[in-house]
Amino acid sequence: MDLNALGACLMTSACVVTQTTSGLIVGMLLFLVAAGLTLIFGVLKIVNFAHGTFYMLGGYVAYSTIGATDSYALAVLSGALAMAVAGVLFERILISRVYGANVLMQLLICYAVVLIFDDLVKIVWGPEFHAMGMPPAFQVPPFIIAGGVVPPFYGVLVGIAALIAVLLSLGLSRTRFGKTVRAAAVNPQMVSALGVNTTVLFAVVFAIGGGLAGLAGALAAPVRSLSPGMGFSILIESFIVTVIGGMGSIAGALVAALMIGMVRGFGTIGFPGFTDGLIYIVMIAVLVLRPQGLFGRRL
Amino acid sequence: MSELITRRTILAGGAAGLLAAPWVARAQATTLRIGMQSILSGPIALLGTSSRNALMMEQDRINAAGGFLGRQIEFVFRDSKGQPQEAARVARELVNSTGCELLVDAEASSASFAVQEVVRDLGVACIHTNSETSSLTADPKIRAPTAFRVARQGVHDAVAGSIYLAEFAKVKKLDKWATCSPDYAYGRDTTAQYLQFFKQFKPDIEVIAEAWPKLGQPDFTEVITKLLQAKPQALFTLLYAGDLSAFVNQGNIYALFSQMTVATPNVDYPVMAAIKNLPAGIQSATRYLETFPDTPANRQWGEAYLKKWNERPTNWSWQNTVAMQFYEKAIKQANSLDGKALAAVLTGMKIDTPFGADGTITMRDDHTTIGYAIGWGQTTPKEPFIVDVKAADWGRIIELETEWKKQHNYI
Repeated sequence: MDLNALGACLMTSACVVTQTTSGLIVGMLLFLVAAGLTLIFGVLKIVNFAHGTFYMLGGYVAYSTIGATDSYALAVLSGALAMAVAGVLFERILISRVYGANVLMQLLICYAVVLIFDDLVKIVWGPEFHAMGMPPAFQVPPFIIAGGVVPPFYGVLVGIAALIAVLLSLGLSRTRFGKTVRAAAVNPQMVSALGVNTTVLFAVVFAIGGGLAGLAGALAAPVRSLSPGMGFSILIESFIVTVIGGMGSIAGALVAALMIGMVRGFGTIGFPGFTDGLIYIVMIAVLVLRPQGLFGRRL
Repeated sequence: MSELITRRTILAGGAAGLLAAPWVARAQATTLRIGMQSILSGPIALLGTSSRNALMMEQDRINAAGGFLGRQIEFVFRDSKGQPQEAARVARELVNSTGCELLVDAEASSASFAVQEVVRDLGVACIHTNSETSSLTADPKIRAPTAFRVARQGVHDAVAGSIYLAEFAKVKKLDKWATCSPDYAYGRDTTAQYLQFFKQFKPDIEVIAEAWPKLGQPDFTEVITKLLQAKPQALFTLLYAGDLSAFVNQGNIYALFSQMTVATPNVDYPVMAAIKNLPAGIQSATRYLETFPDTPANRQWGEAYLKKWNERPTNWSWQNTVAMQFYEKAIKQANSLDGKALAAVLTGMKIDTPFGADGTITMRDDHTTIGYAIGWGQTTPKEPFIVDVKAADWGRIIELETEWKKQHNYI
């Protein structure tokens, strides 16, 4: 524990700006992954343990696309779209068969997908890690804001993630489709009885979930290493986010992801070596005070 | 279920009886089997695959030259996935069931210690080719009579690296250092070992920040920004492979490498090839480098490897090659494959090899190699990736290693 360092950091604008943006970037990328996870759970009550696989594959698809086209924009787009399609296939071929089944059965299917795709990635891209490298447009020196360091690339990532957060919440609250999704989350039988094609609805929800995870994987690919099994490390944190935010709540996911980002950003200065522990302590504190999570409905 | 097993057993037995038995009998008369075990799958499969590649080249070379004692050699490769209990089982099976008469243990450290005990029990000759943990041979209680190590060693690297870095820090006036290493035994212990020697050579250095990211952590941003805040003049890191690559890529966008000098012993060819935009001027050890030692023999070997496998060799590749060179000379000299007979000639043996600092490597009487090429230089984004390489002084390495051994009551 190094509270002096934390105190000193909080007293200087340079440190506050740098660590806040660092927390922001960690949090926003986490939000993209967790948003899909929480959306799928909210509507379908499926705990998608294979969600990290979409994140991983999004990164790998982007890696191959940039190799073929040299365009980061295309790489990100292809990663997100490919995973949206994969989400639909995953839902139609596998998950649709276990709606309402024993949760262990759902878990087993998801876990099988994780293992199979980890191995497929090894066969297609090799067991070694890959690095995409920074697109030339972003190979520029960082901005200095109030003495703090802010890389332009991260500014763009945070912007995209914030845009997604706005679109997602507007889409869910204002559009007819969003209202149907929210209705289906509360009472799917009634929605179905009212003549809504829930088969399409559920597939679309998985497309959005998979697409968001793929987008996060593709966006982060220039700065994170791609390796088989990388989906797992992000999955655990995504689960913490959904639990803190309230299972099924997009707004909750955003707040919780940013909380974790900030705990990482400032925890590493005040509590080096205990940052991960700190995240769990935050989770415990939230769950003791609000067992349903920050924005969750009481079950 | 029991019916199924019976049927399978009978089928397997029948197949073995019909096909395998005559072949085994014929093979045993001529072919000499050598067991090799390593990590051949998973995230650090490169350790095993680049070892296996080197051994297959040695197999071709040795067989073309007439084999060992007139018998053609054949490797039997096994994947232990690096798990100690599995490694011990595989080692035993290679000798007892598969009929291997020699062992090459290409495991990482944790599994090598398990193999060591099996070798002690069986009395077969074994060369550890990848374990860098010093105590495997330095500690007389752990050393086994017929087991040897042909690999670089943690304590040698720590001394060589610290001497180089202390000199570098003196010239560049770098007093304020930070460390950033993976948060598990290797990262913590080895960082401490480097710092101990480093402070011995340059007592006025000060470590002003430490960061301990988790192994395989996807995002190092908070670590990088913490290092930026601390404003050290130089950074020592033991991150490796994918973690090192992610750290470099994320550090680049914060312009980390323009604000502090970075030193690491862990830059290997595949890592350098995989990291796009490798910053110039990182102070780095040479694990394997085609241009160090800068001899035709070393370059030829590196090029032959690249041509055959379409990738560059690793540190592990040369170590396995040298192990076979030791076996070759020892078997010729002892005219035997017996563990004790080989141990007697291997102890103190010196061989000519492209990977020696002076063209030779010696197997010291404590069953570990000395005199292999260790150098430090600085990175450049293009081939040969590391330039201005300075060779380490083996006299000093051994002097300080002896001191270290005394501290630990090994001698």
